[in-house]
Amino acid sequence: MSNTYQAGVKDYREKYWTPDYVPLDTDLLACFKVTGQPGVPREEVAAAVAAESSTGTWSTVWSELLTDLEYYKGRAYRIEDVPGDSESFYAFVAYPIDLFEEGSVVNVLTSLVGNVFGFKALKHLRLEDIRFPIAYIKTCNGPPAGIQVERDRLNKYGRPMLGATIKPKLGLSAKNYGRAVYECLRGGLDLTKDDENVNSQPFMRWQDRFEFVAEAVLKAQDETGERKGHYLNVTASDPEQMYERAEFAKELSMPIIMHDFLTGGFTANTGLARWCRKNNMLLHIHRAMHAVIDRHPKHGIHFRVLAKCLRLSGGDHLHTGTVVGKLEGDRNSTLGFVDQLRESFVPEDRSRGVFFDQDWGSMPGVFAVASGGIHVWHMPALVTIFGDDSVLQFGGGTQGHPWGNAAGAAANRVALEASVKARNEGREIEREARDILVEAAKHSPELAVAMETWKEIKFEFETVDKLDVN
Amino acid sequence: MSIYDAGDFQTTQTLETFGFLPRLTQEEVHDQIAYIIAQGWTPAIEHEHPSKSFNHYWTMWKLPFFGEQQLSKVVEELESCRRAYPDHHVRLLGYDNYTQSQGAAFVVYEGRS
Repeated sequence: MSNTYQAGVKDYREKYWTPDYVPLDTDLLACFKVTGQPGVPREEVAAAVAAESSTGTWSTVWSELLTDLEYYKGRAYRIEDVPGDSESFYAFVAYPIDLFEEGSVVNVLTSLVGNVFGFKALKHLRLEDIRFPIAYIKTCNGPPAGIQVERDRLNKYGRPMLGATIKPKLGLSAKNYGRAVYECLRGGLDLTKDDENVNSQPFMRWQDRFEFVAEAVLKAQDETGERKGHYLNVTASDPEQMYERAEFAKELSMPIIMHDFLTGGFTANTGLARWCRKNNMLLHIHRAMHAVIDRHPKHGIHFRVLAKCLRLSGGDHLHTGTVVGKLEGDRNSTLGFVDQLRESFVPEDRSRGVFFDQDWGSMPGVFAVASGGIHVWHMPALVTIFGDDSVLQFGGGTQGHPWGNAAGAAANRVALEASVKARNEGREIEREARDILVEAAKHSPELAVAMETWKEIKFEFETVDKLDVN
Repeated sequence: MSIYDAGDFQTTQTLETFGFLPRLTQEEVHDQIAYIIAQGWTPAIEHEHPSKSFNHYWTMWKLPFFGEQQLSKVVEELESCRRAYPDHHVRLLGYDNYTQSQGAAFVVYEGRS
């Protein structure tokens, strides 16, 4: 029997709060941290979030009766306390897979973090985690190459890769910039990086930079006998220019380009990742703007969600913070989303902020990039925290060496290899960091000088966005 | 530090992982073999003339030593390979069939050239 139409406003919970619902394997699940306005019941707020992020609107409309909203609606199916916080709660929402276009994290985000975040009944709203069903993951293109393929192309095995962002980040001419790249690579780094701020400014237009950098990379490769790369930033004001830059990097035989996925946007990123897959190009992803979105503990989107979305959209490297350096990052939380980048299955683990089991199937893995305020003394800790499938990037920690970039690079390479070797020997390298580095420096005056230069530098501040634990 | 006290860093040919450490001693090589075996990886040996060391493919020495648990066997094979090709680089790999990659790869002997 068909329903009758009654105009008016109903409580959201009548339709969108379904505590008995058992989520389907094909459902997309989301966990929101919700802070409602005072006096509104939790169930009603949770249901409002489910409704406003799926099929609902504030008023009943007649055309609802032309479809089967029971099939399409999102459902709030569970509410949980947030440990140590009486004001907020977790709301779990299940969305049927057909609400989303295949292979489009753009579409998923437009629904899940769209209008609902401005909803007046909410004080704050934060998307903590998404469980993407494997059926949806199989519709996404993902990383152009992935960890295993990148290792094979670059011939880097059994250790993290070493990189550096070229400094000063703005103002160098293309020729001087290429000099800095060459010095870093000949000294022992595997990769160097355009600063994210470097696009195509008047002081250094992109064609000029690409040509000088290409010469630097090929010369360093030739002289060291090792494979080298520089992330040429193709982030541009419009897609046409982005692709033009990518094509030129390919013409110059460069192995890797770079994109800023949040300022550039997911549409640009997904398109570029597809281009990279087709053209055998690696793709490094920077994350400018992420802290605007993810740092507030009660509002926005947690970085683990952005990281998952990036793996689906496509990228071979993603910045994850360093835990030990100058930028924000809690250790367990960081390890939680590093797993999401690299593993094929990640089980629910609240101690790491992981709210759902996540099956990635055959989706290639993404290298975790640790960059920002790190130096040789951090090396053993970084190797322990990030493991081999990472890129450790020392910008100031390479180019700030008193003897210059090449010596700085060598110092980092020696410290890295000494740490990996000691780890393989079964030593606890984080605890024995000093011994391992002092020992290695006996054979490397470059490392000895680096250790002397940065011996006092630490960045010990409390994390702003902590995991919710008692 | 004065600019004039800075060292002059000379570019050298290096051979990827562990290329920046002093040549590993016998005992240190044994530790790395033990690590490869303990990870459940398959030890394998490759060799190549230094003039062709940049190539992705080096020549395999026999087949990878599937299921090998004895460190001494791997050491013997490394020695045999080196004797057979004294002017070649000899490197040890650890094939990881789960990641379909190499969990370890480093040059044990550098060819005399």
